[in-house]
Amino acid sequence: MSTWIAIGITAFGCYAMKLLGLSVPAGFLERPVVRRLAALLPIALLAALTAIQTFGTGDRALVLDARSAGLAAAAVALLLRAPFLVVVGAAVLVTAAVRALAG
Amino acid sequence: MTAAPIETDQQYPPTPKPRSAVIRDALGVGIAVGLSGFAFGVTSAGAGLSVAQSCALSLLVFTGASQFALVGALGAGGSPFAAAAGAFFLGVRNAFYGLRLSELLRLPRAVRPLAAQWVIDETSAVTLAQPDRRSARLGFTVTGVSLYVLWNLTTLLGALGAAALGDPAAWGLDAAGPAVFLALLAPMLRGRDERAVAGLAVLLGLVCLPLLPSGVPVLVAALAAPVVLAVTRRKGVR
Repeated sequence: MSTWIAIGITAFGCYAMKLLGLSVPAGFLERPVVRRLAALLPIALLAALTAIQTFGTGDRALVLDARSAGLAAAAVALLLRAPFLVVVGAAVLVTAAVRALAG
Repeated sequence: MTAAPIETDQQYPPTPKPRSAVIRDALGVGIAVGLSGFAFGVTSAGAGLSVAQSCALSLLVFTGASQFALVGALGAGGSPFAAAAGAFFLGVRNAFYGLRLSELLRLPRAVRPLAAQWVIDETSAVTLAQPDRRSARLGFTVTGVSLYVLWNLTTLLGALGAAALGDPAAWGLDAAGPAVFLALLAPMLRGRDERAVAGLAVLLGLVCLPLLPSGVPVLVAALAAPVVLAVTRRKGVR
């Protein structure tokens, strides 16, 4: 049940944000400091999420495991300007390969 | 909408871009990203969500980073409210995409509630790259339709297939979420402030990870944005 609550809140909140952007007069949220914060906020969230989901475990410990190798492969793919799907695929394949070799 | 234009550098050349070129660009993004819904479906099922819950997320939330963040936090045992808050804050950026898109697309009022669901990273990237309104509307629609249909279809397949795959970790699929985040993040790291925010956020997130309940470290890390903004403004850099 609590999962459905989380889904409901997220769905409502995310849709409201999308509609808000399309609906409000442009000047409303266009103050420079608000724009700047809006550009920086996803950077903070995405960077933290990348790190937490790469180095964190279910029981809130920090580890260096096969996922780190996978993310390194994704980073290399990004530097080579690979398409989105190749970047994600590289991370998945390398993570699986490292686990298979280690296990 | 009678608001003043927000983009002064938006030029409308007299020769419009060919429709086929717009459709090709839009389909390229729509199909590539749409297929990665499979990784989401598997990740979501691996985090303990049912097939219906995974599909509901792709149908109703339809913004990849928020979806991966939500199932990641729920799977790690985070509270539904902390998990939803993290996902919501990631979704806030779509409001700013919407602001820029509304100026470019000038959608009729009646269409906006429908079009709003497609206001995400990928549709914005394609649409904002178009040289004129006709191309922008076409790019937005083609990217939106192809991505929405594929993302939901592959989410269903991924969630259904997860049981057959067994442990998603054995297939390396637990690396899909962070790889998606990294791929979205990379093009944003152009300036010094952006890199400072990312570095500080990683530090805050990892330091807080063992100390705070799941889902909360991400929210603490979000403070990196206002902190860096305050420091750079005080220095008068901007």
